[in-house]
Amino acid sequence: MTAVTLTGAEADPRRRLKVLASQEALLAIAVIGLAIAVGLDNPRFLATRNLSDVLLGNAYIAVAAVGMSMVIVSGNIDISVGALIGVLATISGTLAVNGAPIVVAWLAALVAGILVMALQGAIIAYLRIPAIVVTLGMLSILKGGLISVTGGKWITDLPDNFHLADVELFGVLPVPVLLMILVTILAALWMRYSASGRAIYAVGGNAEAARLCGISQPRTVVMVFALHGLFAGAAALLYATQLRVIQSTVPPNLELTIITASVVGGVSILGGVGTVVGSTLAAVLIAEIASALVFIDVSPYWIRAVQGALILITVIADILRRRRMAGA
Amino acid sequence: MSAMSEIPLPQTVKRAVPWWLLRHETMLAAILIVALIGLGALNNRFLTIDNLLNQGRLTTEVGLIALPMTFIIITGGIDLSVGSIVGLCAIMLGYSWKSFGFPLPLAICFSLLVGAAAGFLNGIVITRVKVPPLIMTIATLALYRGLAEGISQARSVRGYPEWFYFIGQENLFGVPAQLWLLLIAIVVSAIVLDRTTFGRTLYAMGNNETAARFSGLPVDRAKLIIYTLSGLMAGLSACVLVSRVTTTRSDMGIGYELDVIAAVVLGGTSIFGGVGTIWGTVVGLAMIQLLKNGLALTGVKGDATIVVIGAVLILSTLVASSLQRRREGV
Repeated sequence: MTAVTLTGAEADPRRRLKVLASQEALLAIAVIGLAIAVGLDNPRFLATRNLSDVLLGNAYIAVAAVGMSMVIVSGNIDISVGALIGVLATISGTLAVNGAPIVVAWLAALVAGILVMALQGAIIAYLRIPAIVVTLGMLSILKGGLISVTGGKWITDLPDNFHLADVELFGVLPVPVLLMILVTILAALWMRYSASGRAIYAVGGNAEAARLCGISQPRTVVMVFALHGLFAGAAALLYATQLRVIQSTVPPNLELTIITASVVGGVSILGGVGTVVGSTLAAVLIAEIASALVFIDVSPYWIRAVQGALILITVIADILRRRRMAGA
Repeated sequence: MSAMSEIPLPQTVKRAVPWWLLRHETMLAAILIVALIGLGALNNRFLTIDNLLNQGRLTTEVGLIALPMTFIIITGGIDLSVGSIVGLCAIMLGYSWKSFGFPLPLAICFSLLVGAAAGFLNGIVITRVKVPPLIMTIATLALYRGLAEGISQARSVRGYPEWFYFIGQENLFGVPAQLWLLLIAIVVSAIVLDRTTFGRTLYAMGNNETAARFSGLPVDRAKLIIYTLSGLMAGLSACVLVSRVTTTRSDMGIGYELDVIAAVVLGGTSIFGGVGTIWGTVVGLAMIQLLKNGLALTGVKGDATIVVIGAVLILSTLVASSLQRRREGV
């Protein structure tokens, strides 16, 4: 469901309930509710530093999830994004270490991301190979290529000004968090209010009907994947700059974490439904849960089980809720 | 053979080439033979009985999972949780034997039961709540792996009795013991898929599930069966894996789902459902394993092998797609 903007004069009980029933509202409530609940048990969870660290450390997942949401809304899927983020981070870091201007190193990651994803989008759209097969193959190529080229060596001695994550605007707002918010807002507006953004929903919902309306399905798919590549590039920069070194391996299971954020955020895997706001909130919720478990003394080895259960519960609740609303 | 291939080509589309030569499996098998000869030329250790049989041993774990995965993908579904089920079953095997004091045969049965239950949970939610298979199994991928990690707290189990290692490490009539298990599973799967109404049901579901349901086919029951079977075979794969490597760890099976799906798709099964055969999967499995082995013997590092497999996957699907379109006259 798309979140509805209301003014006081227009609000009526039925519409207000619908807003509260949207996935985005539920996620926002869950984020706040969890923070309050854990904070009551252990006040240190609510310390500014911890909340800031939760957002800071996971902003790159939220940024990548914005692009993934678009891809899934278009009726496709991408499981190569984790490997791509690893590759782009390495490209950027290598350029920076070898003396390239910082801006060039950053731009290289963005451009390379767009090109790789646009290529995949073109293969999927024009050669009509299923997205899961193309991205599965690309995952292997990127992952194997990354390790082969780097030989497993880490990138160290990065220039100080390379570290985007260290910059804080107004002394309190870290750049990764700002970028996360900015990307989400811009993408949400574009998806909702532009013709090309609406085309993504049309193609994902019913490709044949979209074609008959004059929307070019192949071009839309390539555009979506290119944008996804751009966001993956941005995510790679955040990922690369938050530590002092860049490991030349693919972050394990990163693509599944990103897909999880998108789906828990309310995007339908069948295409045509969902917003990017939901995926950002879901990414924050997932990060918050991992942090919360530590504060209530649960063994970190159980984190993945809890996250899996969360996905399960959220997805089942979402589907049951949609069914009830459809029946109403 | 798949139902679709039994339909004779329209009379208006006469071809000099027999229809069976255009089958994806046949072309893939031809590519496989060419690759075998090429790799054999590059390295004289590759085309030896010992090496090929050993590759059979290594293929079994992924192969056992790929067979039910073929069923699932033919229905248009997917199961990404199989790797995690392998990890969970391996842990349950080790812990029920060591911590709970189960006799090992009982522990083996218990881990198979856990695998089947895990698959059943996938199936029941997919059919009752209508959660898309991709999402459901992403959730259980995390859940089952998480349970394996939580239960084991990252501790490993070892010290199994000697007889347990037979299936994983010994030969039977000169052939690796687990390869016999795989061969039996292949034959049974092929018969079920090609020669039973159950197999026909799977193809019908993949082509048009709504029509299949309205035709009176037991769609939900079939789904439940194939996901449960997927979990069970993952449990069996876990037992073989533990037997081969002699220890149990919670990270066992990571990445298996990608190898399995690659083999199934490479073998010609359509990710959209409705098309695919067990023999295609077998050729796909052989292709991937022998590519890995041949490249390794030639001195190519394991990481570059992954690149080759990814490229082969995309290219083979591209070729198959082009042929399919040409055959349909689009």
